Amino acid sequence: MIARFSQLGRWFIGQLSSLGECTFFLVESVAVCFAPPIKWNRVIKQIWFIGWKSMPVICLTGAFTGMVLALQGYHSLRQLGSEAFLGPLVALSLLRELGPVLAALMVTGRAGSSITAQLGIMRINDQIDALELMGLNPVRYLVVPNLIALVVAMPLLSAVFNVVAIFGGYLLGVRVQGLNAGVYFGEMHNYVVFQDVLNSTYKAACFGLLIAWVCCYKGFKSRFGAEGVSTATTQAVVNASVLILVLDYLLSALIIK
Amino acid sequence: MISIQNLYKTYGKQEVLSGVNLEVKAGEFVALVGLSGSGKSLLLRHIVRLVKPDSGTVLVDGRDVNQMPHKELEALRSRVGYVFQNGALFDSETVYDNVAFPLREKTRMSETEIRKRVMTELDLVGLTEAVDKFPAQLSGGMLKRAALARTLVRAPEIILFDEPTTGLDPMVVNSILNLFDSAHRRLNLTGILVSHEIPEIFGIVQKVAMLHEGKIVAEETPETLRTSPAPIIDQFVNGNIEGPIRLR
Ligand SMILES: Nc1ncnc2c1ncn2[C@@H]1O[C@H](COP(=O)(O)OP(=O)(O)OP(=O)(O)O)[C@@H](O)[C@H]1O
Ligand SMILES: [Mg+2]
Repeated sequence: MIARFSQLGRWFIGQLSSLGECTFFLVESVAVCFAPPIKWNRVIKQIWFIGWKSMPVICLTGAFTGMVLALQGYHSLRQLGSEAFLGPLVALSLLRELGPVLAALMVTGRAGSSITAQLGIMRINDQIDALELMGLNPVRYLVVPNLIALVVAMPLLSAVFNVVAIFGGYLLGVRVQGLNAGVYFGEMHNYVVFQDVLNSTYKAACFGLLIAWVCCYKGFKSRFGAEGVSTATTQAVVNASVLILVLDYLLSALIIK
Repeated sequence: MISIQNLYKTYGKQEVLSGVNLEVKAGEFVALVGLSGSGKSLLLRHIVRLVKPDSGTVLVDGRDVNQMPHKELEALRSRVGYVFQNGALFDSETVYDNVAFPLREKTRMSETEIRKRVMTELDLVGLTEAVDKFPAQLSGGMLKRAALARTLVRAPEIILFDEPTTGLDPMVVNSILNLFDSAHRRLNLTGILVSHEIPEIFGIVQKVAMLHEGKIVAEETPETLRTSPAPIIDQFVNGNIEGPIRLR
């Protein structure tokens, strides 16, 4: 009985200390962002890798999201006789929720996983230790570039996702279902305010920070060979995805209030 | 210069180091030998505080490595050249960039000066042909030599080599050992070489220490080793099956 309790206690302390470590990692990473020098060539390389190379998958998923939104929305709205509101429906669902969230999930799968795997391999091959022994801060070289790149690229990717999805909605609503193009875009113009666009951007930037945090942390903490790296990668993707949805709820609650 | 006292380190239920004592004087090269898995790499890691011990102290120049403030630790690390067992080259960069890396990041040298230094170093280890290759495109021995060049280019005072010559052909082993020997004499280096290249390495070290079951069980000069070694080290060096060491 007592053994059970002490086991539980040890588990709890373990969880608490890894939570502390994890928080400290974020604080340190953000602090190093504000303590130059920043390795700009690495930042640019990561923006290219994370941002540009994610474009195809963002466009593809964006187009289909917009189309399915328009498909479902058109049928539901027609039952109420208000298919004119298809434009605002598509645009607002995208800007407020789907755009940033889905783009962040895609980026987690495509770029986040490879960040974790790369850092994990560097960890188990002693490359991170080697950096440290040269008197260089591994966080500056390996974490900060990813962090900046994700915070910059994520809003842009989310914006691309939104634009492509709205166009996908247009294709389905106007070209397939025969809604008037003026109605689709006109009503959108009446209902979407600039604050929606801003909020969408902020959300995406927060998700970028979250992905960088979780994926870099998991990579840095990888242990025990190839299997350790693969576990870390899986955990990074799962944890980041769950946390994106949780954070999305919190941010939405904050914005609506 | 390096003094390790009563070092203990346990992983889970496995006590890897159980009271290691080792002295390395300034200007001395020590060969550290021992069975695979006896904790040689782990012992080296303690010297630069990549790992903290459970108990015991590591002194470098009389200062406790584990009590040092951050700045002092950094200063110590910049004097140490550490070659990891697997090389630990950055795999996203070419051999040239790997060797140039510490110079670019830690010094204000111009790119032409860096080029000169890097090419000299790569020439010494015989890798001038492979400058534009990535680590994944190198053979095991080439990796070792590239890692060696990356360490020597920083002109360290203390060198910690984790199996610098394992897996190389005899010609390269001898050329690398010659390289050490001349660097040792020229720069008055201090160092620990973990090695399995037993007979070859004896020529360039002042002391051979054997790590076994968590302790340094024997320390000999190469001369006594040749004439009247302790039974345990004799068995290890000659690879006898019979003797005080039992393989499990
Ligand atoms: N981070 C760690 N976690 C758990 N066990 C470890 C860790 N590092 C080392 N060990 C254990 O310590 C022991 C010594 O490892 P070490 O790498 O120092 O051996 P070694 O003497 O260098 O062997 P080799 O000659 O094969 O390189 C091994 O049994 C290993 O399992
Ligand atoms: Mg080893």
